[in-house]
Amino acid sequence: MSTAAAPALDDHDHDHHAGPSPGLIRWLVTTNHKDIGTLYLLFSLTMFFVGGAMALVIRAELFQPGLQIVNPHFFNQMTTLHALVMIFGAVMPAFVGLANWLLPMMIGAPDMALPRMNNWSFWIMPFAFTLLLSTLFQAGGGPAGGWTLYPPLALQTGNAFPFVILAIHMMGISSIMGAINVIATILNLRAPGMTLMKMPLFVWTWLITAFLLIAVMPVLAGSVTMLLTDKYFGTSFFNAGGGGDPVMFQHIFWFFGHPEVYIMILPAFGVVSQIIPTFARKPLFGYASMVYATSSIAFLSFIVWGHHMFTVGMPLAGELFYMYATMLIAVPTGVKVFNWVSTMWRGAMTFETPMLFAIAFVILFTIGGFSGLMLAIAPADFQYQDTYFVVAHFHYVLVPGAVFSIMAAVYYWLPKWTGHMYNERLGKIHFWLSVVGVNVLFFPQHFLGLAGMPRRIPDYALQFTEFNMISTVGAFLFGFSQLLFLYNVVQTIRGGAKATDQVWEGAHGLEWTLPSPPPYHTFTTAPEVK
Amino acid sequence: MTTSRIAQAGAIATGGALLAWSAVAHADFALNMTPGATAISHEVYGLHMLIFWICVVIGVVVFGVMFWSIYHHRKSRGVVPAQFHESTLIEILWTVVPMLILIIMAVPATKTLIRMADARDAELTIKVTGYQWRWHYQYLNENLGFFSTLSTPQAQIHNDAAKGEHYLLEVDQRLVVPVGKKIRVLTTASDVIHSWWVPALALKKDAIPGFINESWTLIDKPGIYRGQCAELCGKDHGFMPIVVEAVPEAEFQQWVATMKASKLNTLTASGGKTL
Ligand code: HEM
Ligand SMILES: [Cu+2]
Ligand SMILES: [Cu+2]
Repeated sequence: MSTAAAPALDDHDHDHHAGPSPGLIRWLVTTNHKDIGTLYLLFSLTMFFVGGAMALVIRAELFQPGLQIVNPHFFNQMTTLHALVMIFGAVMPAFVGLANWLLPMMIGAPDMALPRMNNWSFWIMPFAFTLLLSTLFQAGGGPAGGWTLYPPLALQTGNAFPFVILAIHMMGISSIMGAINVIATILNLRAPGMTLMKMPLFVWTWLITAFLLIAVMPVLAGSVTMLLTDKYFGTSFFNAGGGGDPVMFQHIFWFFGHPEVYIMILPAFGVVSQIIPTFARKPLFGYASMVYATSSIAFLSFIVWGHHMFTVGMPLAGELFYMYATMLIAVPTGVKVFNWVSTMWRGAMTFETPMLFAIAFVILFTIGGFSGLMLAIAPADFQYQDTYFVVAHFHYVLVPGAVFSIMAAVYYWLPKWTGHMYNERLGKIHFWLSVVGVNVLFFPQHFLGLAGMPRRIPDYALQFTEFNMISTVGAFLFGFSQLLFLYNVVQTIRGGAKATDQVWEGAHGLEWTLPSPPPYHTFTTAPEVK
Repeated sequence: MTTSRIAQAGAIATGGALLAWSAVAHADFALNMTPGATAISHEVYGLHMLIFWICVVIGVVVFGVMFWSIYHHRKSRGVVPAQFHESTLIEILWTVVPMLILIIMAVPATKTLIRMADARDAELTIKVTGYQWRWHYQYLNENLGFFSTLSTPQAQIHNDAAKGEHYLLEVDQRLVVPVGKKIRVLTTASDVIHSWWVPALALKKDAIPGFINESWTLIDKPGIYRGQCAELCGKDHGFMPIVVEAVPEAEFQQWVATMKASKLNTLTASGGKTL
C-alpha cells in the first residue's frame, strides 16, 4: 500500500482491506480471490448435484426398454440441460474456483490482478443458470435439441430459446472475464524470481487454458447469436431454404467445441501434475516437456474440430486431414501420461485420497484417450459416431478425468484452505465407491455403442437391455456416493484435526509456506523465489 | 489402506472383471461391433479390431509399469525416493514410437476411407429423405418412392403389451434392395438433420436439409439389416428405424413391380413427384 506519509489514508485502507465485510454482504461485494474461489467452488458443487439429478432421470428412464418415467420430449430436455449444466455450471466454474484460490498463492501474488471484475465474473453465473433452468418451467419446456444446438432442430425450441441463448452469452462473458483475469494475474503479478519456467504446472495449464477460452468463447457467442437472428429476425445463416448452410453451424460450433473440451481437461492435467510428485516424493519427470506438450495440445485443438463431423459428408481430403490431425493429438497426450507414470517410478508413494483420485485419473483418462484414438479413425468413426461409444468416450475423459481431478484437488488443498484435515477414512470410502460406480456406469456404454445403440434416445431395442441396466445401477451408486463427498467437505469446513502448514510431507510450492488456513490477505509483500 | 488390502481389492476387482467378461462373452447380447454384410463393413471391422488391440497392448504396458511401480515403490516398503528427472533420450523415444504406431494405423484407415468415398459405377440409386419422424425412399431408376415408418405398436412402447422380438427395429415398409449390386445412396432431409445408419453396412451418413450426401454399399448376402436414425432429430428420434432387406435380383424386380402398382407408391399415387 501507500507509504507511511499518509496515515489517515492508510487507516481508511485498513478498514477496507483488513478483513471481510461482515455478514452475508461479504459474499456479494467481495473482491478477495479466496472468497471468490469459495463462491465458485460452492456454485460448482451445487450445479454438480443439479446436473447429476438430471443424469439420474436419464438413467432411470433407460433402466428398461419402454417408456416408464418421462416422455421423449422431457428426456431430450434432460440430456440437453444435463450437458449444459455439467459443462458450463459444474466443471468450468470448479476450475475457475481452483484458479482463484490457488494462482495467487502459487505465484506469490496478493490477489487476482482484476479483483472487481473477478467479483462480476462470478456473480453473472447464478443469473445465467437461473435463466437457463427457468426454461424447464416454461410452456413448451426447456431446450431439447442437444447441447450442441444444431440447427434446424435447435430452432424448433419454443419460448425457451432466447433464454438459453442469453444464458450462454452470460456464461461466455463470465468465462472470458475470468480468463482475462487469469492471464493478467499470471503475466503481471508473479513474485520476483518466479520465472515462467518455474511456475507450477497448474499455473501453466491455466495460462494456456485462458488463452483457449479467450479464443473460442466469442466464437460460440457469434454462432448462437446467428441462431437467434435466424429464429427471430429472418436471417438465413443456417437455413438452406434461404441460401444458408446448416453444416456451417457445426463447423463454427466445433471450432469452439473441441478447444472447449481441452479447456475442461488442461487444468485437470495441471492438478494431477501437482499431486503425483507430492505423494511420490519425487519431482515431476519432465517439467519442460509437460509445458510443451500442453502447448501443442492447445495448438492442435484448433485444427481437429472436423472429427465431430465425419458423417456430415465432408470431401475426402477434409476427412483425411481431420483424421490425421486428431491422431496427432494422441502424441502429446501420451507424453503427459508417460510423464506421470515416470514420476511415480521409483518414488516413495503413499496413497492418501488425493493421490488415489490422481492415479484413477491417469488410468481412466487414458482409457478415454484410447477410445478417442479409435474415434479418430474416420472409417471406424462412421460406426461409432452418435452412438453410446462416443458417450462412453467423453464421459471417461470428463468424469474420471476432469471431475476426479477436481475432487483430487479439493481433497489436496482443502486442509490448506480450511486449516482442517478432512476425514481420510471417509475420503477413501468415497474414492472407492466413486471409482467402482463410474466404471460400472460408463464401461458398459462402450459395448452398447459398438452393438449399435444410438445416443440421445429415450427407449431402445431389447438387445441393449442388460448393459443399460448395469449402467443405471452404476449411475445411482456413483451419484449417491457423492453425498459422502458433500458431507466430508462440509464437516472439514466446520472443524476437524488441525492441518499443518505444509499439510503433505512431500508438498512443494509457495502455497504450502503459508499458514493453514491462510490469512485473508496473503503475500501482500511478495516472497522471494529462488 | 494397507498394502495387503489394496492388493486384495485389486485381485477381487480383476477377478470380478474377468468373470463378468467371460459371462458376457457367452451371453447372446451384443458386445462388439459385428463384421457386417459388405466388403467395406468387414474392412471397417478389421480397422476397429486393429486399433482396439493396439490400444490394449499400449494399455497393458503403460498400466503394467504403473502397477508395478505402485506395488514396489511405496513408502510403506521403506523405499527412498529417487530424485531423477528429465531424460532427452526417453522423451524423444516416447514421442517417436507413438508417431510410428499412428502411421501404421493411418495407412489402412486411409485406404478404406478412399474406397468408401468412391461411389462411381453404381447400378442403382436410392434417395433417402429424413422426415420428423420417418424415412422416405425413392428409387431414382424406377418410378418408385414410399415412406417407411416404425411399426412397433404404441402399446408395446408404453408397456401395455409384451415387447416383440424386433421392438423398435421394425417398419411397415422395408427398403428392399438387390444383392450383389453397387447401390448409390443419396441422403437428404426435409426438416431437420437426421442420420441414416445401418451398422451391418457400415454406412452412416447425415441427412441434411438442402444438401444431398452421397455414399454407397454393395451387399453380398441376402438378409434383413436393421438400423436407426443416428442424429438427434427431436421428440421421436428414437422411433424412426431403418430396415433394409437384401434379396436376389429376380425377387427384387418382382417387388419393384408390385410396389410401383401399389397405392403406397407416393410418386404415382398422387399423380407425380410429390417429394
Ligand atoms: C487423445 C485425445 C482425444 C481424442 C483423439 C479424441 C477424439 C474424439 C473424437 C474423434 C470425437 C468425435 C466422436 C464422434 O462424435 O464420432 C470425440 C468426441 C468427444 N470428445 Fe474426445 N478426444 C480426445 C480427448 C478428449 C478429452 C480430453 C475430452 C474432454 C475432457 C474429450 C471430450 C469429448 C467430448 C465431450 C466429445 C463429444 C461431444 C459431443 O458430440 O457431444 N475428448 N473425441
Ligand atoms: Cu473433439
Ligand atoms: Cu433422428
